[in-house]
Amino acid sequence: MESVTSPAITELRKTPLNALHRRLGAKMVNFGGWDMPVEYPSSGGLIAEHKAVRSSVGVFDVSHMGDIRIRSGKVPGGALAAVQHISMNDASLLAIGQAHYSAMLYPEGTFVDDVIVHRLGPDDYLVVINAGTREKDISWVRQNTREFDCMVEDLSDTYTQLAIQGPRALDVVQKLTDANFTGIKNYWFTHGTVCGLKNTLIARTGYTGEDGFEIYVPGDRATSEAVWAKVIEAGREFGIVPCGLGARNTLRLEAKMALYGHEISDKINVWEAGLDRYCKMEKGDFIGRAALERAKAAGLTRTLVGLEMVDRGIARDEYRVCNEAGQPVGVVTSGSPSPTLSKNIALAYVPPALSAIGTSLFVEIRAQKCKARVVPTPFYKRAKKAAAPQGTKPD
Amino acid sequence: MAYPPQYRYTKEHEWIDVKGDVATIGITDYAQHELGDVVFVELPKVGAKTATGKSFGTVESVKAVSEIYAPAAGEVLEANSVLQNKPETINTDPHGAAWLIKIKLANPAEISGLMNAAAYEAFIADKAKETSA
Repeated sequence: MESVTSPAITELRKTPLNALHRRLGAKMVNFGGWDMPVEYPSSGGLIAEHKAVRSSVGVFDVSHMGDIRIRSGKVPGGALAAVQHISMNDASLLAIGQAHYSAMLYPEGTFVDDVIVHRLGPDDYLVVINAGTREKDISWVRQNTREFDCMVEDLSDTYTQLAIQGPRALDVVQKLTDANFTGIKNYWFTHGTVCGLKNTLIARTGYTGEDGFEIYVPGDRATSEAVWAKVIEAGREFGIVPCGLGARNTLRLEAKMALYGHEISDKINVWEAGLDRYCKMEKGDFIGRAALERAKAAGLTRTLVGLEMVDRGIARDEYRVCNEAGQPVGVVTSGSPSPTLSKNIALAYVPPALSAIGTSLFVEIRAQKCKARVVPTPFYKRAKKAAAPQGTKPD
Repeated sequence: MAYPPQYRYTKEHEWIDVKGDVATIGITDYAQHELGDVVFVELPKVGAKTATGKSFGTVESVKAVSEIYAPAAGEVLEANSVLQNKPETINTDPHGAAWLIKIKLANPAEISGLMNAAAYEAFIADKAKETSA
């Protein structure tokens, strides 16, 4: 047996919880230069972690994510103008306490990174970026905001970021804080005392397709470990388990959330990735807009689709996709067994003519062409809360 | 989990149990633990030939594909059909019910070059030290 995953390289970066993960017996992997837990045998492994998040609650160390704060200088509006210039969603629509999914683009309309933009205050934004693209993103933001009256601060190593995810995440987080979550819907955030830490950012965000929260606490080891322990303790009655990047990946794939370097990259544009709804062409100019206008006029040559394997076999990242005649027409960007659906699923780029739901395609798995079909996405969508009893007004 | 003393082991974490000129082959407890939840197994057909050190099948966990290398040359007599519907047996009983294939050995003498259980346990103990360092 020999693993196909890449060997570890030296000098991996570590989050403040690294020693704790090792004490818990987590299997560690190199993720974008970071030494991160991929699964915890003590949690029952990847599938058990995945199912815990879908059915109850799990906790992830996501401190490897980066954080960039952008604040206005002397003149109000400088930060907003900068954020509008470097990201594709319309940050002018954000209320204080609200966040949204967005992306930073190259002039070509392709991805520097996908991000979550939080509006902390009137002239204060927090942009959460991916781990593997941290340095690139920070220098990109610095370079491209110079002409604006704003201050850019890299807070990536300031915070330990924990993601508490699942239908019982609210119950767990509410036990740890005095913050009131009435009105804190998905992609809104608040500040509160968490485990005695005042003014902690608590965002109703995540990367799992479930309800959940991401909390940002001081990034020293003692605080980080203490908060982790309290989360576990608070979650015990709900069966909380530590979850690794393995479950994070299968959860996000089922929910069709993009992963940088897979569904999105410097070679793929917004329209191809199907992220149109987060790209506000009417908001005014921003980096990448002109190229996206041209790309729209030219039409798509490939588009992201969901595949479900019909034949036995698991489609994996970078496997080729072929048409019925056996000719290569596309490529898998992410593929895995789906623990929730008990099917083998994948995301793939294919020509638009082969993207209709129900289209038969073939994934080349070790020289064999295995049948797959295009299916609706997301593969998994969480059930809406139970319908209101009859006679009451739905909210 | 104990490593059966009558088996022989490879550095790629396969085991082989030889009885006369017939050998049963599987992957070790260490291997299944490294893989995590096994969700898919692909094995050769009866009559296929195995070549020493060459891949004869794959075992897939949720996150990775792993090739399985033949500890010895021979001809496949049987592939474990249980694993098609219950691949997770590899996680629960890697040294028993989750055997992969039985082969007729081409050269039974080549088995003597493999590790015994004590040597294999020392080998994986060293690996564990490497990864925790």
